[in-house]
This record gives sequence, C-alpha cells and structure tokens, in this order.
Amino acid sequence: MRGRGERRPPMEITRVDAGAGRLALRFAGAFPADVVPAMRECVWQLVGRPDAPIDLDLSGVESMDGSTMAVLLELRGELEHHGTEARITGAHDALARLYELYDAAGRRPTRPVPDGPTSALEQIGREVAGFGEGVNTTLDYLGSLLDAAIATVRRPANMNWADVTRIMERAGADGVPIVVMITFLVGMVTAFQAIVQLRQFGADIFVADLVALSVARELGPLMTAIIVAGRSGAAFSAELGTMAVSEEIDALRTLGLSPYGFLVYPRIVALVVVVPLLTLVGDLCGVLGGVFVSMLRLDITLTAYWQLTLQVLDLWDVASGVLKSVVFGWAIALVACQRGLATRGGAAGVGLATTSAVVASLFALVVIDALFTVLFNLYGV
Amino acid sequence: MSDPVIQVEDLAIGWGDRVLMEHLTFDVPAGDVFAILGGSGSGKSTLLRNLIGLEVPMGGRIEIRGVREGEGDGVRPAFGVLFQSGALFGSMTVGENVALPLRQWTALDEASIEAIVHAKLALVGLGGAEHQLPSEISGGMKKRAGIARALALDPPIIFLDEPSAGLDPVSSVELDHLIRTLSDALGVTTVIVTHELQSIFAIAKHCILLDRDARGIIASGDPRALRDQSADPRVSRFLNRRAGEE
Repeated sequence: MRGRGERRPPMEITRVDAGAGRLALRFAGAFPADVVPAMRECVWQLVGRPDAPIDLDLSGVESMDGSTMAVLLELRGELEHHGTEARITGAHDALARLYELYDAAGRRPTRPVPDGPTSALEQIGREVAGFGEGVNTTLDYLGSLLDAAIATVRRPANMNWADVTRIMERAGADGVPIVVMITFLVGMVTAFQAIVQLRQFGADIFVADLVALSVARELGPLMTAIIVAGRSGAAFSAELGTMAVSEEIDALRTLGLSPYGFLVYPRIVALVVVVPLLTLVGDLCGVLGGVFVSMLRLDITLTAYWQLTLQVLDLWDVASGVLKSVVFGWAIALVACQRGLATRGGAAGVGLATTSAVVASLFALVVIDALFTVLFNLYGV
Repeated sequence: MSDPVIQVEDLAIGWGDRVLMEHLTFDVPAGDVFAILGGSGSGKSTLLRNLIGLEVPMGGRIEIRGVREGEGDGVRPAFGVLFQSGALFGSMTVGENVALPLRQWTALDEASIEAIVHAKLALVGLGGAEHQLPSEISGGMKKRAGIARALALDPPIIFLDEPSAGLDPVSSVELDHLIRTLSDALGVTTVIVTHELQSIFAIAKHCILLDRDARGIIASGDPRALRDQSADPRVSRFLNRRAGEE
C-alpha cells in the first residue's frame, strides 16, 4: 500500500507472511515526519485485527525522520497493548542507530506527572487554600513593613532617603502633563453634561457649583489617583518585580538591608507627598475645564465663573479631596510594591505582577473612595 | 583542617513541604575555598540560600562563626555574597553598588568611601569603572563588580553562586585565579556553589558532593582526591565527567 507521502521515493508498506506463523509489514522508501498520519493509517489498515505476532520490517527504508521513528515505536507499543507481540526488524546503519536512540529513550524512567485537580471539590479546596496563602502573605508583608518602620525610627539611615526625591520627580513632576490633560477633559465633560441637564430647569448657572464640588470632592482625587496607579503603580511593580527575579532583592537582604526600608518606604513617602499635590493641580484643571465649556456655551465670563466657584467651595471640600488623595497615594504604593516584591518566574512573572498591581490598586481606590463617601455622609461633612 | 567558620548539623532543606535534602552535616574550615558540588537540580542553590539566610531550614542547625542563623538579623552581615547574575542594582553605578554596604554599615566619610570603593574595584580588575552602570559592562565584569561589593565590608566569608556560569573560558580562568588570590591573600573563607569541575579542581581544597537521589551528601573531602580515589561510582562518574550507565 502506497502512502500519501510527497517525497520520492514515496513510502510504501506491504503486508507479507513472514513464516513461522508471523506476519510482517515491510516498510520501504522515505519516511519523513509529514508521512506520519498516512503511515499510522496504513499500518492499522494492513494489520486489521491481528491474530499473529507482527514484524515491522524496516529493511527497505531509505530514510526516516526521528519523529517518524518515535511514532513507529509508539505504534509498536499500541499493538502490544492490543495483545499482539510486535517487534522492529531489519533496521540498518543510520536507521539502526536512530532506532536504538529512540528505543532507549522510551525505556528511560519518566518523571511522574503531577496530579491535576481531580474534582470540583478539590479545586474549591485549592482556591480556598490559595486565598488563605494570599491573606497570609499580605499579613506577612504588613508585619514586615511595621518591623521596618520601627527599625527606621530607631535608625533613620535604614531608609533610602536619596530615592525619595528621585521617585517624587518621576511620579509627580513627570506626571503633571497627563494629570492636567485628563482632569481638564473630565471638567469639560462634566460641565457639558451639567449644562444639558440643568438647562431643562433654567438652572444652567449652577454648572459652576456642580463642576467645582464634583471635581474637588470626587473626580479630582479619584482621576489623579487612577493616573498615578496606571503610571507609577505599574512602574513600581515592574521595577521591584525585575529586581526580585534578577536576585537584586536577595542581594539587598544579604547586605543587611531591608527591602521595605530601602525600596518600599521611599515609594510610600513619595506618593503620599506627590498624590495630594497632583490632586490640587487636577482640581484646578478640572475647574478650568468647566470654565472653558461655560464660557463657550453660557456666555459667562471667567471672573463671574470664578466668583461662583469660590462662593460654593469651602476649604473642607478641597481638604476632603486632598485627605482622600493621601490615602490613595499610600494604597497605590503599598499594593504596587507588594505585588512587585512577590514576583516569581522571570519576565512573564513581571508582566503578571504589573497587571495585578494596576488592577488591585484600582480596586483599592474605588473601595477607599466608597468608604470615605460613607464616612463623610455619616458625619455630615 | 583549621577551625570551622561554618557548622551545619543535620540540616533539612526544601521547598514548601517538599524535602530536597536532609541530614546534611558538614563543617567549612576557615580560610579555604570550599565547594558545594552537585548536578542540576541537586539542591546546591537551595543549600546556599539556606546558608545565607534567604530561606529558613526545614530542620537542623546552621552556625556561622558561632552565631546561629536568624540570631544575627538586622546587624552588619558576617559574609558577602556573589549571586549568579551579579545582582548589581541597575539604578546605581558600579561604584555606588560597592559603596552601598559601606554607607549602610560604617560611619566613614564620603572621601574614605570613595577611596575604598576605588581600591575594591581595582582589586578585582575594575579600576576606573566606578561611574559605569551595570547595563554598560559585560557579564564577567558584573561578576567582578559583584565580588567587589561582597568584599566591601571585608567580611571573613564570601559565598559565590555559580561564579563561572555564562563566562567564556578565559574569563572563567581569570575569575578562578582572582578567587584563589583573594582567598590566599586576604584569608577569606570562600564557599562556592558550582558544577564547573575545572574551576573546582583549580581552586577548592574541600568540597561536598550532593546527590538528588540520595537526598544528601554522598562524598566530602579534597575534590582531586575524590576524583582519583573514590570507590563510589556516583562520585567517580560526576567528578570524571562520565555519563551515567544505564
């Protein structure tokens, strides 16, 4: 039977009687890897339901790829599994060496395959155990931070103060343009939406009140924090993650330095200082976005809009947003550094840690914002 | 054999719940080059991480210069470490890397630190490389800079993890020579984790050989004597670079 192999001479497998009650399949021609499916099909068609021992006779083979030999050995195993004695014969020269190589490899002990989850219950158990480990890791991280804080108070040199200004510049000054642009646009969009709704009640002059309050209390701090989480949170996580996988964190420890004092606290201090400052910039730009739209759509002057804004805003409105932003900065640095330090497994691990840091930071920001809103409402401020 | 600076007794190490090696007992004599040998996956690097305190042993005891591991946390380290990749801090220059432990653990003024950094870098053949970033130097130079950082505080012990890995033969021989010279001249006890046999025969006076299947030490002593005289086929096979018989 000729196979569908495309090379010349094509593969050919024929069934013959080998005598002494044995059956033989004679392989002839070339057997590159791409004839494997055809070869399997041919063998099973020719063998049918074998009732005699089989010789796989390779004496006519001119060439055979290693992959083809591997599959042929597997076929032999399948035949034996079906209760038929099968052996490979007639392999010569290079083919004999190829056969010996793959046959010996097949007989070497293989590593045990780790057991996969066997049931839904086991998978749930694994998830719960994983969650427990996550909680344990987080508590360990917080405990280590506390330890490092105490050590830093006792010995301020433990803290890498030199890094604080560098990180503040990167997270703060370098982030100003994007904060300005985003908060200005958010102020514009808020004003547009407010004008459309308020005009229905003839109250469009209150657009200044709405923009000022929403930007100062919610949008300014939140949008700024989201930008910082995307820029600096991701950068912290990637930087610390890369240090973790390239043994730099281990090196720090062996030099007697705490990664918390040396790497985490400078980032926390930097963001706790920088995020409120960026928030003030964002507040101002958000209001300016409202001014811009109102001047275009309401024919209101800059001075008049500014006076309306000052009338409605009191110091607490701005201060409450700034207070939130301090906690936002702390949370972003805390989460991003934790994910970075926990990085394992090379470049892919760094990517995962960075993604995880941004997602977890955003989640934390929304939760913290909701908590603040509830608290401020409870206390009527 | 001189007095031991590191004593390991009935140590068990591993990952998670999995024991990799157990009943490890050995002493590292002072002032010599001591090698921890073994095939890939035999637990050499895990043992090193336990010795330098990056992992907590699953059982047993490690004492470095009479101090039990874990008792010396937060104090000036008693040893320096060269990691496989060099592990220089990428955001600092080579000089700042070497200066870091000096700034942390000494009250030296900047001029003195600068002089020491220059001297340490010159010692490892990197004089003048103070202002280069790790990304600007070769793999061999990174390892030399890592040794300079490990020696910054003049520790009595240094640990080297696969110092020759990834180096060309010439750089590898030069590094071996440097390690031997530092050990002889400074009296530094050097613990090397490696499977580079030529390096070990050239520089180490003592070694232990770990075996994954035995989950422990299968030989200890002078590496050349073990190579030539050991009756244990596993030891002879490893040290004479012979493939395993099936």
